[in-house]
Amino acid sequence: MQTYDLSTGSLRELNATLHAQNETTNQTAWEIMNPRGAHAIACGLDSPIEVTVCGSTGYYSAGMNQQATVNIKGSAGPGVAENMMSGKVIIDGDASQYAGATGHGGLLVVKGNASSRCGISMKGINIVVHGNIGHMSAFMAQSGNMVVCGDAGEALGDSCYEARLFVRGSVKSLGADCEEKEMRPEHLEILQTLLTEGECDAKPEEFKRYGSARTLYNFNIDNAY
Amino acid sequence: MSNDDSGIPRTTPRQSATFSQDVNSEIRRAAATGIYDIRGGGAKRKLPTFDDLLFLGASISRYPLEGYREKCDTNVTIGGLNASNPIHLDIPITIAGMSFGALSGPAKEALGRGASEAGTSTTTGDGGMTHEERGHSSKLVYQYLPSRYGMNPNDLRKADAIEIVVGQGAKPGGGGMLLGQKISDRVADMRNLPKGIDQRSACRHPDWTGPDDLEIKILELREITGWKVPIYVKVAGARPYYDVTLAVKAGADAIVLDGMQGGTAATQDVFIEHVGQPTLAIIRPAVKALQDLGMHRKVQLILSGGIRTGADVAKAMALGADAVAIGSAALIALGDNDPKWEAEYNKLGTTAGAYDDWHEGKDPAGITTQDPELMKRFDPLEGGRRLRNYLKVMTLEAQTIARACGKNHLHNLEPEDLVALTMEAAAMAQVPLAGTDWWPGKTSSF
Repeated sequence: MQTYDLSTGSLRELNATLHAQNETTNQTAWEIMNPRGAHAIACGLDSPIEVTVCGSTGYYSAGMNQQATVNIKGSAGPGVAENMMSGKVIIDGDASQYAGATGHGGLLVVKGNASSRCGISMKGINIVVHGNIGHMSAFMAQSGNMVVCGDAGEALGDSCYEARLFVRGSVKSLGADCEEKEMRPEHLEILQTLLTEGECDAKPEEFKRYGSARTLYNFNIDNAY
Repeated sequence: MSNDDSGIPRTTPRQSATFSQDVNSEIRRAAATGIYDIRGGGAKRKLPTFDDLLFLGASISRYPLEGYREKCDTNVTIGGLNASNPIHLDIPITIAGMSFGALSGPAKEALGRGASEAGTSTTTGDGGMTHEERGHSSKLVYQYLPSRYGMNPNDLRKADAIEIVVGQGAKPGGGGMLLGQKISDRVADMRNLPKGIDQRSACRHPDWTGPDDLEIKILELREITGWKVPIYVKVAGARPYYDVTLAVKAGADAIVLDGMQGGTAATQDVFIEHVGQPTLAIIRPAVKALQDLGMHRKVQLILSGGIRTGADVAKAMALGADAVAIGSAALIALGDNDPKWEAEYNKLGTTAGAYDDWHEGKDPAGITTQDPELMKRFDPLEGGRRLRNYLKVMTLEAQTIARACGKNHLHNLEPEDLVALTMEAAAMAQVPLAGTDWWPGKTSSF
């Protein structure tokens, strides 16, 4: 286990060190001490390493992650795992706004709650939130799966495209062009896989599925408001 | 016509200036369809422009440089403030961001070829980076847009600079559109969207709002790219003094400032014509913001929106820009709106020079289309050659003016080299009305 202490080292040195790891590195396990809410911790990683952040982080931790597994042992600030391509990001606490924004792949797990705009413009990422999510989540969500074990705030899935949204609890309101969809066997399978990977013991049958009604896919005067 | 049946003279039929033929035709179109007009390009209305400014040239008080013999440099370095690898350009005329999707792959290739041969940069657009433009662009600026279509860290690291797009001159406060006719399999795949839908791009970034967030976003992008490449921030000509101030505060290495003549691939006509400010009006407030911060020439200012000639380049630089960017003019150089396709423009209900329905994907010139048959009409090698020639001519024109003003570098042009032909231009450019030492708003005489 490699340890890096941000109370004595710099963010630049930390990220440069993590970026220098390649597919064949022997230094596969990293522990980051004293993050103290710093921004951009462990962003831009691109190797199969495991990074544990011992505390809470600021903006954009694990941003654009590829291959790596990043575990934040605290809460994460806005934009955690934004534009993630692959790998896994786990937050033991809560996540602030825009968690997993525009993510193309990989798995984001929030063991607490996620704030507003979770999964905004998601493009293939899978997101599992053990708690609740805030308003305008999955806005313009293009593809991927979002699993919410608690409740969803206002305007879920507004203007979404082909992303699948699974919510176990209540949905305060659905956004424009988002509707409840039929839960088919293949969706239950996807859910079970994600719940297992996300270390959540909820049952797929307890969820409802939401997605695009596809009425905004082409410009039409009746869509304008 | 002259007299009625009673022999009384008739008045000449009079068209209304308010309800002109253009206006009436749009009312009829709106009434028939129930949806706003969407088109490409920038503002077509008459606006105060660089044509309303003149250079004074040299005289007894200033002597000129010999036109063809004496040195007049044109190079510019962008992004030296924070980036370890700033961009060095031979000429201060860059190619503005235009998306693959709006443009064909061969058109993007031609832009890369022409820009590279001329020693300047080109820029991606909404939809991500294509191999055509990366492969053929010696210096490629990667746009980081609200939609993040096609955005990925691998391409980010291939870029020579990153341009965070906050706004666009044609539509400050608006997002993009790419209508279904142009969402081919390849475009759909790059943008992760279903084929054939009318695609909309967000008008706001999904993971930051406001200048404090932007500062942290810039930090993240620098960390991911190892502080190597410059980070530009592109803003529309909305509130240039404040927007430039905030972008610099957030840590931008360069500002791209786009006036309302700047083109778009597709947006509502009402947006293009009625939101934003003319390019001439936005440059002085932007330069003042940089000067007030002590950052003029340290953070570079790239001006765009209706730049067409070397005279425009020279005027922009005299007013304080470090470089300019061209989009519409580059497309015309490639062959867009060429009269040789007049018969086909007529079939589309338009005429060469006025064609702006680029979003329909039926471009006779094969540039703003994803139709494989139309794309065959466009040769990227020839297009690249034409763009290179055009950039060369613009540069020679700007040098001609600079030498006449006694300047051995385009950057040495200054506001004192200019006068204005109209009150409006004098007020906007803050240079004297020709024949006077005064401009509207000037508080003291020199």
